[in-house]
Amino acid sequence: MIEIITTRLKQGHRTTKFPLESPTLPGRYRGRPNVDPSKCADGCQQCVDACPTGAIRVANGLTLDLGKCLFCTACGEACPQGAITQTQDYRLAVSRRDDLLLKGGEFRLAGRMRDELYRILGRALRLREVSAGGCNACESDVNVLNTVGWDLSRFGIQIVASPRHADGLLITGPVTENMKFALEKTYEAVPAPKLVIAVGACAISGGPYIDQNETHNGAQSVVPVDLYVPGCPPHPLTILDGLLRLIGKIKTGERALTP
Amino acid sequence: MTGDGKWITTRQGESVDLAAIPCVEPNSFAERIIDGKSHGGRLAQLFGRRAPDGGVTLYAFLAYDSDGIVQVCSSRLAAPAPGRAPEYPSVSALWPAAQALEREIAEQLGVHPVGHPWLKPLRYHGTDNGAPAPWGQFNPAKTIPGDYPFYRVDGEEVHEVAVGPVHAGVIEPGHFRFQCHGEEVLHLEIVLGYQHRGVEALLLHRNATRSAMVAETIAGDTSIGHAFAYCAALEALAGARVSVHAHAIRGIALELERLANHIGDLGALCGDVAFLPGASYLGRLRGEFLNLTLEICGNRFGRNLLRPGGVLFDVDSELADRLHKRLKSLQAEVLQVLDMVFMQPSVLARFEGAGALSEAQAEEIGLVGPAARACGCMRDVRHDHPHGVYQFSHIPVAIETTGDVYARAVVRWLEVQRSLAFLLELLGNKPAGKPFAPLGAFKPNAMAFGMCETWRGEAMHVAFTDNTGALDFIKVKDPSIHNWFGLALALRGVPISDFPLCNKSFNLSYAGHDL
Ligand code: SF4
Ligand code: SF4
Repeated sequence: MIEIITTRLKQGHRTTKFPLESPTLPGRYRGRPNVDPSKCADGCQQCVDACPTGAIRVANGLTLDLGKCLFCTACGEACPQGAITQTQDYRLAVSRRDDLLLKGGEFRLAGRMRDELYRILGRALRLREVSAGGCNACESDVNVLNTVGWDLSRFGIQIVASPRHADGLLITGPVTENMKFALEKTYEAVPAPKLVIAVGACAISGGPYIDQNETHNGAQSVVPVDLYVPGCPPHPLTILDGLLRLIGKIKTGERALTP
Repeated sequence: MTGDGKWITTRQGESVDLAAIPCVEPNSFAERIIDGKSHGGRLAQLFGRRAPDGGVTLYAFLAYDSDGIVQVCSSRLAAPAPGRAPEYPSVSALWPAAQALEREIAEQLGVHPVGHPWLKPLRYHGTDNGAPAPWGQFNPAKTIPGDYPFYRVDGEEVHEVAVGPVHAGVIEPGHFRFQCHGEEVLHLEIVLGYQHRGVEALLLHRNATRSAMVAETIAGDTSIGHAFAYCAALEALAGARVSVHAHAIRGIALELERLANHIGDLGALCGDVAFLPGASYLGRLRGEFLNLTLEICGNRFGRNLLRPGGVLFDVDSELADRLHKRLKSLQAEVLQVLDMVFMQPSVLARFEGAGALSEAQAEEIGLVGPAARACGCMRDVRHDHPHGVYQFSHIPVAIETTGDVYARAVVRWLEVQRSLAFLLELLGNKPAGKPFAPLGAFKPNAMAFGMCETWRGEAMHVAFTDNTGALDFIKVKDPSIHNWFGLALALRGVPISDFPLCNKSFNLSYAGHDL
């Protein structure tokens, strides 16, 4: 017994202050790529060839699809003009698929869910997670939000065991052919109104498994998606930031919540 | 080992000429493998490959762990007459360790291992040429497990429990079918395949970043482990010499991955027996190790760190010092929390005796990793088939004998201690050298394998080249394919309420199994 108490004292309080305080990420952390089409004058295609998932187009102006991006930095290294650079920005979640097309303009972060949903779900959001071909890295970094380090439930968000108790699904993985039916059934089992959150490149576009016969290029092929969280896998901070934007605890354009 | 030309002997880091691999009559293939078993061989891999003429070549890999070698032999099944399945006498009939591997052969290639005790789909997909599998034509309209005839126990008070593919926690999909008598599980059947996404074909993708990232996502919690085996296979084919420094960085990453997962698993085991202090502290501490990997390469799971030819991120002495310092303080914290956990009678009472397997069972079904070591099997790739940094620094093998949840937990506990000590030592040396040098050309018509002791056990990648020296086949094995059967066996006679605990004590990969 005594060792439980002494360990408790040693461990202390470990929950992150986010979003009240901005976190520090190590220098090598790979956040949102920055695209500068004005530097891509001749459209040499070297980034296109380097990219593992076909995330980049140069015709009609350089465009990087953050929903397909694996954050490998191969494009930036290939570009002789420095048109694609890496930033440390961990805020990546958006509400609309098109907002993930980076063209050099403003990056539109996710907004709060629709008003009628917000009235019902805004202060208590229950989610069921469905892994549909995820490699278990996205799953792990969703799960980690339940540890004392992040303590997701302090925001009124909880992962529940049954879709019937849930307000929405959080989907990871490219949606394999063999998981499609189970995903559809789970979606049906969630009472309306319901939300869908796609976490990771796989769930948004197929990620490393894009355009494979065995997969369906992400959740959107099966269910409507309300929040897209890019990354392979996204950092837990990126996922939490997206969830907090969805429930209006971080507002668009705001870095952190004011108390 | 057997040394009379029936097998070719090879080891980590070597490549062999395809023409030099002995080829045995299909009718004697199983016999030869069983002969190898009687000489101390362990079935490390068994797979088939489509030949250009429509036939199939089978390959068997027997590992002789105490000698550090692997022996390979093959068998050729000629292209069959239309409407007839190619066949050979099954290995599983004599050695259950082959059961999943032969189901893979049947499912991928439509080959019939005759006499397989329980031939059924492994991942639920069609064969490569659309021919029927031994259990019939694949019907894509049918879902899994669909109307699959589960093994059933009948009788008064016998009931059936179905779980999954969508579970209660945040975990991957799989279906578990229990036949119970009251609380007691009489039989557990596990159906997987939900995660099948076509990994093996993608490993040959022309974009090298794509194929390497697919290797890293075979089992995303084992990114380093699979990348390690993948790189080792390709480097052996190229005859490349990777710098000692790069090898050291790979070792650091591999042990950090092991620490994160072992500590996370020990925390989850505490959670399953309702010891919340252990669950909370270890759950958080797991993240600290992922954060060290993040520090090295910018990703918590080590994505983009290992590439054939070396590593893409250097650990210079400044970073090594920083990691050393953080590890030192984490070491004190982790060991203190684990001491507390293993002192709790309430924890030990639940761990002891739960889901036990014997050493004999472990050998027969071919268990690997901590689950095998918990049964007393002396088996650790880092020790038996050392590659890279493990050739120079040794980690003692952690062994327990009771084969239960307790033993699987203690093996992890010991491995946490040893990995920490190993890392602190490794980060203390300052080897210099180039972290990366691009690979040269691959040898044509050759084959090489890479093996890695991932935190779950032995992962193995076998790579082949064609006559131009281009990669034309990669066969992947995640340790889980050996161990899922162990979980099913461990559940016999166990109260169903102990299933989460037993399951977590194995913590196997669905994605790695399903590919
Ligand atoms: S960083 Fe993203 S866009 Fe650039 S090459 Fe990698 S996957 Fe493609
Ligand atoms: S997005 Fe990346 S990390 Fe997430 S499930 Fe897919 S492969 Fe794994």
